[in-house]
Formats: sequence, C-alpha cells, structure tokens
Amino acid sequence: MSSDFYRELILDYYRNPRNFGKLDPHDIDARDTNPLCGDEIEMQIKVSSGKDSIEEIKFIGKGCAISLASASMLTEMAKGKPLEWVKGLSRDDIQKMLGTSDLGPARIKCAMLSVKVLKVGVYTYLGAQYAEPTE
Amino acid sequence: MLESTKTVDVERVKNDFPILNRKVNGKRLIYLDNAATTQKPKVVIDALVDYYSRYNANVHRGVHQLSIEATETYESSRKKVAKFINSPTSQELIFTRGTTESINLVKFGWGGKFVKEGDVILITLMEHHSNMVPWQLLVKEKGARLEYAPITSDGRIDMAEFERLLALSPSLVAFTQCSNVLGTINDAEKLCAMAKKAGATTLVDAAQSAPHMPVDVQKIGCDFLVFSGHKMLGPTGIGALYGRKELLNSMDPFQSGGDMIKEVHLDGARWNDVPYKFEAGTTNIADAIGLGVAVEYLSALGMENVRRHEVELLRYAFEKLSRIPNLTIYGPMDLESRGGVISFNLADIHPHDMASILDEEGVAIRSGHHCAQPLMEHLNIPGTSRASFYVYNSTADIDAFIGALLKAKSVFCV
Repeated sequence: MSSDFYRELILDYYRNPRNFGKLDPHDIDARDTNPLCGDEIEMQIKVSSGKDSIEEIKFIGKGCAISLASASMLTEMAKGKPLEWVKGLSRDDIQKMLGTSDLGPARIKCAMLSVKVLKVGVYTYLGAQYAEPTE
Repeated sequence: MLESTKTVDVERVKNDFPILNRKVNGKRLIYLDNAATTQKPKVVIDALVDYYSRYNANVHRGVHQLSIEATETYESSRKKVAKFINSPTSQELIFTRGTTESINLVKFGWGGKFVKEGDVILITLMEHHSNMVPWQLLVKEKGARLEYAPITSDGRIDMAEFERLLALSPSLVAFTQCSNVLGTINDAEKLCAMAKKAGATTLVDAAQSAPHMPVDVQKIGCDFLVFSGHKMLGPTGIGALYGRKELLNSMDPFQSGGDMIKEVHLDGARWNDVPYKFEAGTTNIADAIGLGVAVEYLSALGMENVRRHEVELLRYAFEKLSRIPNLTIYGPMDLESRGGVISFNLADIHPHDMASILDEEGVAIRSGHHCAQPLMEHLNIPGTSRASFYVYNSTADIDAFIGALLKAKSVFCV
C-alpha cells in the first residue's frame, strides 16, 4: 500500500464523507465495531416500496481514513441497488472501489467493516443469517 | 549525525541484533515498537539454539548428564533474573509465561485465598488491561470492590485521590511502575510505602520498567513484582513473578500437576517448596535460559546507562517534535518522570493511518488503544500512535521517525 493511495481518493471521503448521518424513518439499522482498533460503523437503510432494493442509505461512525472512506463510498455504490446485490459483495469489489489492489492483511479489516455492517443489515432484513466468510 | 548517546554505544549494540539488518519496504528497519516487544540479540538467539542442540532435557528429574546440565543452566538463569531485580533469594523468583500469567497467578493463588467479600482492591486508571481485568474478575467472584485511582491532566496518579482511596483500607494495591501509554514513571517506592501503611499487600507491574531502568524489589518494598522477558531482549513466552517468601508460602498453588508436589497419595498431595510449587508441569526451559542471557546482556550495558540513554533519546525526540504544529503528546513532559515512550496524535490523522504511512518508510510504531481502553476513554480519544525506544535506537532512528511523520503530515495536508 502506498501513501499515494491516501492522497488520491481516500482523504476527500475521510474529511467530507458522503451520506454521513442518520436516516429516519428506516427499515434496516445495523452496527458493528472492530474490537482490535475500536472502529465503529452504523448504517441505516430505507428499502424500496417493492421491498427489494436500497432506496436510501446513510451511515455514521468513527475510525481511520480507510474505514470511513470505505463506508462512505459503499453507501454511494449501494444506493438504488437490489438487496440481492449486497450478498455478492466481495473483498475484491471493495479494494477496487477504494482504488487499490492490495490493502494488505493489517488494513483490509478496516475496509471490510462497512461491508460486514451492510451485509448483516440486509441479511437480517431478508430473514437470513449472515455468516462471515472464513479466510 | 550524532549516532550514539554518551551512555550506550549504539553502533556496537545494533550489531548484536541480526534483525536490525533487514529492510522493510526497501528501507532500513527503524524499530520503535519496543513497548510491545523488543528485538533479540544474537547471544539470546544462540542460547536457545545451544540448549536445543547440546543439552535439551527435562529439568529437576533425570539423573542423566543432559538433565543435570539443563537443570543447572535453568536454575542459574533463575539466579541471574532474581539478581537483576535484587530479589533477596532466587526461591522468590517464579518463572511464568509473562506479566499476564504472573498477575493471574497472584489473582488465583493469593486473591483466591485471601480476598474476602466486601474487600477493596485499588488499582489506577493508567493500568494495562492485564493489571485490570484479572482484578475485575476477582472482585466479581468474591463480592469485593475495585477502585481506580484517577490521573491528573499531565498523566500522573492523582496522589490526593490515591490517599483518599487508601483510607478504604484496600487489601491489595496494584499499579504499574511505568505506563505503557503515557510513559509516566510512578514512584513505586513511595506508593508501596503508603499502601503498606494502609495495610495493603502490593503488586508492582514492572513490564515497562524492568527492561528500561534499575528495578530493585527490596528498595521498592513491594510484595509482588511482575514482568515479561520478551520486552527486555528475552524470548516470548517467559516472564517472572517475584513474591515475598512468606506470601508465596501462604498462597494456594496456581496450576497443579507434576513438579509442584512433594508427595502424592490417592487421597491428596503435599505441595512442593517455592518456587516449584508455582511451576507445575514441564516449564519453558529454553526461554528461561534465554531470559537469563538477556538480563546478563542488559546488566553488562548497565541499567542506569540504559535509562540515561532513553532519557537522551526522549530529550532529542521532544525537541524535534515540539517544532511540529498540531501534534499532541500524552503524558508528563518532564524527562525524569517519563520512560522512553511517546504516545501522540497529529491533527486528525487516525493512528492506524499514521502507522501505515510510517511503515512504508520502514518505521515500525504501534497504533491503537494499547490495551488501555479505560485510559483512552478518559483521554477521550480512540487511540494514539506510539513510538517507544530501546538500547539499539539512535538519534538517527529518531530523525527517520520524524521524517516519516512529516511525510504523513504532507499526505494528510495538515
């Protein structure tokens, strides 16, 4: 990971996160923390009238530039997408979204926290159990 | 470029540490995460190889030559470590897995037997989780109460509050001699004297002090003192508990099994003498021997010199850091009451991002809450970046650290 990575994209989202805030009313509310570093992300979603896609999505949280930028970009990407789309989100999708190919094992967890929150929220709404993939 | 301080010949010391020759991300490794764990000199690494390749055998049992050699070296290592902290006898020095296990041993063997319902245990807000969670569990088990001495705005124990809490007649007072976050050096001698006057048993967490300054259990006057080998040039998985003999004799064993018994019958057993009563099963022989070599290495440098060296590095670093705007340093700024630990935050750069950018420059620091979440909550921050020094660090390392810090500053435009 190079510091150009910060320079080019992430910093703007860290300092001016898009879709930051609470959403009321909402249909989905999910929150998780990374116990290792204390990063914290909460997402709220309004589901479409057809109950099958993300109409509105917002997040709040605290953490490093990678975790906050990842959460913010993810809300932008997820808006309007079918709920089923969330299920397929992969580690590579997130790295691509962040504009990097390899965050490294120490920092990938920061980027994936928001994905986990989004998946837990959507799976729960769909009445399913989300199991985190094993490495 | 000033490479060495007056007290430690850093160039010579650096050559003793093979790992310091490696490169990280194409840069020379600048290792400033010594409060987490330290690197190992070749003599310690060689001692492990030597044990396994020449005289590996179980201790205290065999009558064969290898077992005799292993036992002699293991027990002579105990003597070296005991002497390092000026323990009156080597029987009062128990080998454990490290600080955490030492504290748990006291919690189980002393606390389990002597702490009663309604008792007060007094610790401080600056404790590492390892000197906090065991006591939280103990008071829960016993229906006792845990009190925390608060800290002042410059990161020292609030002595007025400490004194007020001593009036509760705590059965145990446990505190760190040097904070792993703030670097604060607590006056262990004074705190133990006050605690003793209040009738308390005392435990000193020396995980961050024994590696960095002269530590003398008789001068401190503590009942228990605990530390880890890996933070003082020794191997991982080995550490020690010093305990006053009467206390150790009166305590229940921690783990039970072989070697900790004198005799076993179908209806019970009689405990072995200390220290063996607390060393059940085959102990970590190789690493105990390695720790003996590590303390010999440190003693040859001289612990007073080690301390002076770190004070000089601190002075140099503080001078450079004071020129960086928007940099917050936590803990006392007076060099004499501070260990070689600098926890800081720079503007709104999150500690993890800071550590990532420094890593790119080959500079290893720690970021996060440093196993001191209550302290972070008190400081109202999610975490800090932390640079911590040791004998092989030079002023050139600090220059590289400052250079990397300035790079992070420029990346984040602060």
